[in-house]
Amino acid sequence: MSETNKVIEMKGITKKFGNFKANDNIHLDLKKGEIHALLGENGAGKSTLMNILSGLLEPTEGEIWVNGEKVSISSPDVANQLGIGMVHQHFMLVDKFTVTENIILGKEKHKFGFMDQATSQKDVKELSDQYGLRVDPKARISDISVGMQQRAEILKTLYRGADILIFDEPTGVLTPQEIEELMEIMNALVKEGKSIILITHKLDEIKKVADRCTVIRRGKSIDTVDVATTSQQELADMMVGRSVSFKVDKKPADPKEPVLEIKNLTVKEARGYDAVKAIDLDVKAGEILGIAGVDGNGQSELIQAITGLTKVDSGSIKLDGKDITNKKPRKITETGLGHIPEDRQRYGLVLQMKLEENMSLQTYYQKPFSNHGFLNHKEIKEHAKQLIEEFDVRTSSEENTASSLSGGNQQKAIIAREIYRNPALLIAAQPTRGLDVGAIEYIHKRLIEQRDHGKGVLLMSYELDEVMNVSDRIAVMYDGNIIAIVNADETNEKELGLLMAGVPLEKAHEQVTETEGKERETVANEK
Amino acid sequence: MLTKNNEKLYNFLVPILSIVLGFIFGAILMLFFGYNPILAYQAMFNGVLANPFFFGEAMRQATVLTFTGLGFAIAFKAGFFNIGVAGQVLVGWVTSIWVALAFPDLPRILLLTLSLTAALLVGAVWAGIAGVLRAYFGTNEVIVTIMLNYIALYLTNYLIRNVISTGGNTTERVGPNASLRVDWLTQLTQGSRLNAGLFIAIIVVALYWVFMTQTTAGFEVRAVGLNRFASTYAGMSAPRNIILSMFLSGALAGLGGAIHGLGTFGNIFTQSGLPGVGFNGIAVALLGLGNPVGIFFSAILFGVLDVGSGFLPNRAGVPDEMAEIVIAAIIFFVGANYLIRFLFEKVKTKKTATEGGE
Amino acid sequence: MTMLKLRAMLALGTSAFVLAACQGEDAGDTTETIEDDTEETTDNGEDTAEENGEDTEDIDFSIAMITDEGGVDDRSFNQSAWEGMNEWADSHGLSNDHINYYQSDDAQDFIPNLNQAIAEDYDIIYGIGFALLDAISDVAEQNPDMQFGIVDEIVEMDNVVSLTFRDHEAAFLAGVAAAETTETGRVGFIGGISGTVIDRFEAGFRAGVAHVDEDITVDIDYAGSFTDASIGQQIAAVMYSNGADIVYHAAGAVGNGVFTEARNRLESDPDDEIWVIGVDRDQEEEGNWDDGNFTLTSTLKGVGASIESSANLAMDEGFPGGENIAYGLEEEGVDLTRGNLSDEVWDAVEEARQGILDGDITVPEAPDEL
Repeated sequence: MSETNKVIEMKGITKKFGNFKANDNIHLDLKKGEIHALLGENGAGKSTLMNILSGLLEPTEGEIWVNGEKVSISSPDVANQLGIGMVHQHFMLVDKFTVTENIILGKEKHKFGFMDQATSQKDVKELSDQYGLRVDPKARISDISVGMQQRAEILKTLYRGADILIFDEPTGVLTPQEIEELMEIMNALVKEGKSIILITHKLDEIKKVADRCTVIRRGKSIDTVDVATTSQQELADMMVGRSVSFKVDKKPADPKEPVLEIKNLTVKEARGYDAVKAIDLDVKAGEILGIAGVDGNGQSELIQAITGLTKVDSGSIKLDGKDITNKKPRKITETGLGHIPEDRQRYGLVLQMKLEENMSLQTYYQKPFSNHGFLNHKEIKEHAKQLIEEFDVRTSSEENTASSLSGGNQQKAIIAREIYRNPALLIAAQPTRGLDVGAIEYIHKRLIEQRDHGKGVLLMSYELDEVMNVSDRIAVMYDGNIIAIVNADETNEKELGLLMAGVPLEKAHEQVTETEGKERETVANEK
Repeated sequence: MLTKNNEKLYNFLVPILSIVLGFIFGAILMLFFGYNPILAYQAMFNGVLANPFFFGEAMRQATVLTFTGLGFAIAFKAGFFNIGVAGQVLVGWVTSIWVALAFPDLPRILLLTLSLTAALLVGAVWAGIAGVLRAYFGTNEVIVTIMLNYIALYLTNYLIRNVISTGGNTTERVGPNASLRVDWLTQLTQGSRLNAGLFIAIIVVALYWVFMTQTTAGFEVRAVGLNRFASTYAGMSAPRNIILSMFLSGALAGLGGAIHGLGTFGNIFTQSGLPGVGFNGIAVALLGLGNPVGIFFSAILFGVLDVGSGFLPNRAGVPDEMAEIVIAAIIFFVGANYLIRFLFEKVKTKKTATEGGE
Repeated sequence: MTMLKLRAMLALGTSAFVLAACQGEDAGDTTETIEDDTEETTDNGEDTAEENGEDTEDIDFSIAMITDEGGVDDRSFNQSAWEGMNEWADSHGLSNDHINYYQSDDAQDFIPNLNQAIAEDYDIIYGIGFALLDAISDVAEQNPDMQFGIVDEIVEMDNVVSLTFRDHEAAFLAGVAAAETTETGRVGFIGGISGTVIDRFEAGFRAGVAHVDEDITVDIDYAGSFTDASIGQQIAAVMYSNGADIVYHAAGAVGNGVFTEARNRLESDPDDEIWVIGVDRDQEEEGNWDDGNFTLTSTLKGVGASIESSANLAMDEGFPGGENIAYGLEEEGVDLTRGNLSDEVWDAVEEARQGILDGDITVPEAPDEL
């Protein structure tokens, strides 16, 4: 390999935090014009490595070479000058500004001391045309789709002259169609001579778009492989360090009478417009109902209404045959609801409290955890110990604060707490967000177990794979409506993707069969 | 990750370090202006610790500060910054005196109970106003309590001048039946104003601990304070707990005011400003890191500082202003133990940070 | 060794200046530097000491004072007391060891401060101001062998001497001066915290104004404080804006804000004809600005003189315990300075003074006697 075609070489990078090695002798090289995936579980050291590359952290040991020259990236500015740009997972955009204003922010063009909007807009337009990034330069960030926001974010780094783009988990918030588009954009960028590092833990994306893949595990680089010649299974096993099962094992569902009956439910969101529009929905005992949809189509409000955290505007909700419309959260919990909230750190746990206290966060006032208003610490501790054991929550002591646990173990703790109460209905909102393959596997197993015990499960997720693999039925939400309810084994990713984009069921169905037909034809023709 | 023992050690070290830093900074200040810091600190501690009267006075001050410190801490636990402790002290003070003067002939135990209870309730209601406004209207409690402080100040002065006394600046002294003074304490401390409030303070320290760690209500207050959202998800009522904690905060401050009134002064007089014990209670609570026993000891430290600073001018030649600056510097560092915490935290995260994924 | 205290130094400096200014004929050649002023005080001290004889160092008599919340440098009440103590020491040729002050920042400091002073065994310990009434009574009861003084209040105990002032008499003269001087027909009065003492000022002032002209409006306001200068400035701003051209304050350190407000107004509009009447001490110095002086006059309250004379009395004839010594115009315990008063106005003041001395004018002590 000639040295010159490598735009980045990270050699023997070690980053210590005290005695802890977040990166341990990691090697990574990026060739000009390639898409290089960086694969690893949460906490494997991907972000540390990329923070070193973008100048936010300095390595304890090791060298970085950019375009054949040894460099010291002491600050983000230096990274910028070297042509390294980061497309952040959480967009760094100002909502109230236009796309152009966001892109030029900090690099504004002036004309006689005034901002030269016209020229800037032209520049942005040219740039976006060059790379096929369809963006309206004049649109306000708050008015455009998440996909377009991401393209604006990409433009921002290009505008700053980046030749090396780092994409940090870019697909988490996108619909399947948007993901497709992003893949195309990445290919276009590479064709124009850019080089890309793609941080992800989604194997199918790597397979689709990346040329090579470096796997890191526990701070060490395990291997760099050619993606074309490596299977997904091999990549996953490398990442986790053991053999992983992708298939969610489950027997067919045995649905019984409904545990959750929603009739004509309308929920207003904070600003006063209808976020959930007169929907009907049932969840039966012994089934997992998945809710699919792009973020912001009313799923969160629906769940908040069921759990009593938001006021129901009209309609009714029945849990286990009892009316829980506009009841207090505690009342609803007692009626038989378990809730694994969307944001576990914000809504699921009191991070600074002990794990044992978190384990009784809803039941502390009941016997045996308290008596006449006085806590029974012994019972609380015993209960926590039992849950920790039973649900394999990894922690050195139940007296540790919840914050000391890893993300996966925090989620396990919440699931333990919620399932243990044996609720008639378990709501799991984004239960595997940000978790690694091992933890995801475990959580899915638990959800299915719950179903098999004859309980209802409502699973809300933005991850299509998850919804498709785990659910028995899938309700797709779009713009506050349930646009369709389909059986999980009778649908596919494409159809769901179209539904999530607001295409009515019949049309989506048609389109899918059409394209499938065409594909079949082409395959046949090729033969 | 910090082990449990480390955490405890660290919780202990932070306040100690704050105190040491404060004294060092005070010493540097004095040196800079040409005063002898060793002589000064000696005068201060000798003055207080070697003399029963001044030690008694320091403990008396510590008694009141324990209440204001606990009062601030309980609201703080619930995520509330009750800067209105001073005003709550004042309303408690005036209430206790008013009641004591209104029923001078009741038996001592009854009159004391009545006076203290009334002060406690009025303080609680006073703070509760801010709690209700915050819980239901989202009003910023800092602004509301500051305004309530001024209302308390002028209302109290009005009451003293026009209702409790007739046109004077001072009310009558309460009778012996309403006094918290106990002879043996007075004699033991050679005539200081140390009073039975000290024992009430110790009891309240214990009650505070029991409430916070042993009761479901304390559990809720802590949970809501640390994470309102998760607590709401878990079925607790955030508004209810905000009001409750503010109510208790004001109750403690009001009780402190009553003890200031019935123990320290025996009357109330028009005030030109809000009582300093209210604001120092904030520093006491922050130094005590919200732990009731810690608060008690930091109150004692503040009592000693407060009374001891009086010795600086005459025994160490440090002018009053300098003495005040030195004390303020110590309080600053004590209050700024967040700074030290922050530095600790930084070292800690450097050691333990794991980077990755999300 | 006694280190010089910042405040004491300042107090001495200003007191010397004020004294020099008071003396009229000396005022002309007083230079404005503090060192010179101090020297002058020392000179004064030596002069008196010489008159009293040189062998005064044998005198074993010492006095101390406890300030109220205003502090020793309030440029008013407490400062005046401290100046009196310095004068007393100087007049006997005594060193600074014989006098001391204890500063109170809060009402709860009174008793510890008194006990500090008791521990040092001063012959007389003065409580400066009515706020110390309870503290002095308690401590005097606990220490029957010690001697105390209280200013502005009466404690009927054998080991306490009460020094009170007929402030209303001086305030009456201030009212006359204000009424004679005002161009707008509107004057203001700012009190500290209303109560028996400040009532005298208010009543006297209003009576004095009415004595000259019933139609002159007197705006009355109270700061609710003796320490917060910013409130004084706010109230003064309102009064001047409403057309008052003379503001009299009886509010201790609050009055500093009144002076600040007047100075700001004059500096932004030098043609403005506004005045401040000072209280307790000659506050002429506070009224200095680029174009002259806006302290119309000051009512004097001989706090310092009363301390001096009571201490002398105790030394010469024994402690006047249990007595209430009331100082009025007659005893020269209160007075009005000439200040910037015109000759006609001064004549009117003198006339009123005579009226009071002769008993032709009765000055009310409380506003409701008006």
